[in-house]
Amino acid sequence: MSDLSVSEATYEASMGDYFALLKPRVMSLVVFTALVGLLVAPVPVHPFIGFVAILCVAVGAGASGALNMWWDADIDAKMKRTVGRPIPSGRVQPGEALGIGLALSGFAIVLLALAANFLAAFLLAFTILFYAVIYSMWLKRATPQNIVIGGAAGAFPPMIGWAVATGGVSVESVLMFALIFMWTPPHFWALALFVKSDYGDAGIPMLTETHGRDTTRNYILVYTLLLVPVAVGLGFTSIGGLFYTTVAVLMNAWFLKGAYDIWRRTDVDCDADKHRVEIKVFKISLYYLFAHFGALLVEAVLRLYGIGGW
Amino acid sequence: MALHVEHELHTRRKGRNIGVGLLLIGFIAIVFGLTVVKVLQLGDANKFEKFDHVARPQIVPEAGAGE
Repeated sequence: MSDLSVSEATYEASMGDYFALLKPRVMSLVVFTALVGLLVAPVPVHPFIGFVAILCVAVGAGASGALNMWWDADIDAKMKRTVGRPIPSGRVQPGEALGIGLALSGFAIVLLALAANFLAAFLLAFTILFYAVIYSMWLKRATPQNIVIGGAAGAFPPMIGWAVATGGVSVESVLMFALIFMWTPPHFWALALFVKSDYGDAGIPMLTETHGRDTTRNYILVYTLLLVPVAVGLGFTSIGGLFYTTVAVLMNAWFLKGAYDIWRRTDVDCDADKHRVEIKVFKISLYYLFAHFGALLVEAVLRLYGIGGW
Repeated sequence: MALHVEHELHTRRKGRNIGVGLLLIGFIAIVFGLTVVKVLQLGDANKFEKFDHVARPQIVPEAGAGE
C-alpha cells in the first residue's frame, strides 16, 4: 500500500490560532491601564514582581477572551466582523478554547496570588468571572445596557495594578475604575452609530437597534456628562496634580464638545457626511483614555523629581 | 508528480511544539525568578537558614559566647 495521505478531517490549530483566542488587541489596553495603576501607586514594587503581575493580568484578560469566544461561537459565526475568529472559522475546536480559557484563568490567578497578594488575585478572578459569566453569558444577549455593566470588566485592570502595589483598594483606584467604566458607554455607542452592525441578525440587543439612534445620542451625552467629574476629580487625589488636571480639563472639554455635536445631529446629517462627526468622536474617545492614563504616569514621574502633585 | 516530503501540517505542528517549549521555558524562568526575588526580600539569610529541614550547629552562635 502506498497511501501516504494525511487526514485533515479535523484542522489542527497553529500557535497563532490559539494566540488569536486571547484577543491580543484588547489585551494591550488592559496591560497599559494595569501598568499605570501599578506604577502610580505610592508603594514601590520590585520590577520582576511587577512584570509577573502585569503578565498575569494580561494572561487573565486573554483567558476571559478565550472563554468569551467559546461561549459566543454561535453568534460570532453570524456576524461579518467575527466570522473569521478561530472557532467559527473551524481552526480551533470549542472544547480547546474552553480548556485554554479555564487553564489560563487558573494559572494567572494562582500565580498573581503567589507573586503579589490575595486581593489582587481576587480582583483578577472577579474580572474574569465578570467578563466571561456576567457579561458574555448573561448581559450581552439580555439587555441593551450590556456594554454599560459589562464595561466594568475592562475597568478593573488599574485597580488590580494598584492592589498589586498597595495590597488594598483606595479612592484613587476606585476613581481609575470609574473613569474607564463611565468612558466605555460613550466610546462604544459612538462606534455603534457609524458601524453597520449585524448584531440584530445575531440576536444581540444593541441600544442603537432596540431604542433607536436618537436615544443612543442622548445616552452618549448623558454618560459623557457623568464622566467629566470622575475624570477631573481624579486630578485632586494623591495621584493627580496640575499636569493631570490640565490634561483632564482639556480632554473632557474636547470629548464633551464631540458628544454635544453628536447629540445635535440627525440621521440625515449622518448620511450626508458619512458619519464624519461620529467617527471623529470615536477617535477622540481613544485619545481621551490614553491621555488620562498617560498623564497619571507623567505625574508619577514628576513626583520622582519632586515636582508632581499639588 | 513531485513528492512533498513535508506536509503543511507538520510545519504547523512544529510551530506548536516550539511554542509550547518556549512557554515552558518561560514558566520555569518566572518561577525561578520569583523564588530568587522572594527569598532575597526576606533579608538576612542567616536568620532562617538554620530552620531549613535540619538544624546546622555550625551556624548557631555558640551557647554562652556573648556572655
